[in-house]
Amino acid sequence: MPKEFAVPFHWRRFRERYQIIGTKCEHCGSYFYPKRVVCPKCRRAGKLKEVKFSGKGKVITYTVIRVPPEGFKIYAPYIIGIIELEEGARLLSQITDCEPEEVKIGMPVKACFRKIRSENETGLILYGFKFRPI
Amino acid sequence: MRGVAIVGIGCTKFGEHWNKGIKELAVEAGIKAIEDCKISGKDIQLIIGGNMSGGMFAGQEHISALLADQLGLNPTAAIRTEAACASSAVALRVGYLAIMSGLYDIVAVGGVEKMTDVYGSQAITTLAGAMDQETEAYFGLTFPGAYALIANRHMYEYGTTREQLAMVAVKNHKNAIHNPIAQYRKAITVSDVLESPLVADPLRILDCSPITDGAAIVILTSADIAKKYTDTPIYIKASAQASDTLSIYDRKDITTLSATVKAARDAYAQAKIKPKDIDVAEVHDCFTINEIIAYEDLGFCKKGEGGKLIQMGETEIGGRIPVNTSGGLKAKGHPVGATGVAQIIELVEQLRGEAGKRQVKNCEWGLAHNVGGSGATVVVHILSNNR
Repeated sequence: MPKEFAVPFHWRRFRERYQIIGTKCEHCGSYFYPKRVVCPKCRRAGKLKEVKFSGKGKVITYTVIRVPPEGFKIYAPYIIGIIELEEGARLLSQITDCEPEEVKIGMPVKACFRKIRSENETGLILYGFKFRPI
Repeated sequence: MRGVAIVGIGCTKFGEHWNKGIKELAVEAGIKAIEDCKISGKDIQLIIGGNMSGGMFAGQEHISALLADQLGLNPTAAIRTEAACASSAVALRVGYLAIMSGLYDIVAVGGVEKMTDVYGSQAITTLAGAMDQETEAYFGLTFPGAYALIANRHMYEYGTTREQLAMVAVKNHKNAIHNPIAQYRKAITVSDVLESPLVADPLRILDCSPITDGAAIVILTSADIAKKYTDTPIYIKASAQASDTLSIYDRKDITTLSATVKAARDAYAQAKIKPKDIDVAEVHDCFTINEIIAYEDLGFCKKGEGGKLIQMGETEIGGRIPVNTSGGLKAKGHPVGATGVAQIIELVEQLRGEAGKRQVKNCEWGLAHNVGGSGATVVVHILSNNR
């Protein structure tokens, strides 16, 4: 992330990030995380409704970040994966409570609430979901 | 519709230019391009410059006006295009459209990126701006990380090996030895790659294109008047662009860049040729996995067989379809906003027969493939020395 964002940048996403809230298109049945305003399949015909995901899913692919961006230095190495939620939507998240050599494609995981990082000693502490093995 | 030709090319050396800023880099490329053809600056009617992030890499925005000013071309109109690492392929495409429209006859298009005025971690952060800031960068994903996610899935689905990824870097370093503008003119071995430090598993430092300063500019004219300015015009036979989701997690198939598939299909149709007709290609090897995926998505081999194609040596100079004769982004260097036009410059040299020890014999058709982000923007151009 560049420098530090003002509070609203994070504040307006708190609910979605803390509870894994996305949208479902009631026209085509597709689920999306994060929320979309327009269904990319149905566009104007789409009917998007807010939905809370169960937080259960499986690992589609993963990597271990060893050279991190600014703000993540003290956390490296950390695992990042693409998770397919049981509802069908996919999202990206850190995978935690698991060693880099233990993570596998297809591994069942579930969401947990964790600290993502703190901006600096006096700045914001950012929270959100991570996923851990079931 | 009238055709569009490339009459002049100019490129700086790629590398760490501690003594040159955006201004010096752009002017050096611009003067070379003008001196490469019989054109004077006052003939240029429009300037289009690609730049990913002058603001974050060098604190400089308004690159379009900077280009016109520093090139001594005021009051000529100037436009900046931005599509992450595909910024200058988009500039070329906009220049192509400007001439096709009949509104302009002579247009300068190019790209510039000054990446070494910030520390490495800030450059990594800036590049991550090409992905979704709120859902990918938020969790600490980097660009090598994004392509590592693709690589792991490709290895899982198709059995692509770690060694095959390394072979891409080895080939491109070998080609760069003969390219005077390349950043790394040094041979490496498969074991060098496999023993280099991990960046984002399974990708290692020698799988990654470097941080680079550089600029590349070409002069376009309508095909009808091209011979006035050069004896060796190279014609743009196709220009196609497509978009995909900004984030890789939103794609059903992580191992295909569907924007490449779409842009390539459109480009082949415009040029009325097939993938097998391509004699030389510059593809977007920002990470070794992406060259393997590009082989598949551009139709050089079947899906899943990209690893075999590099292993069989088919993409080496002298092979069935030489790819990245310049050294590619990996070894020539990757000044992100300049890369798309730099790829075009390599093809022009090949199609003119001026590529020296990198020359591919009897080439008539060249393809350039430039990717923005993790595939959200893809631009494909097809060039020919035959009008």
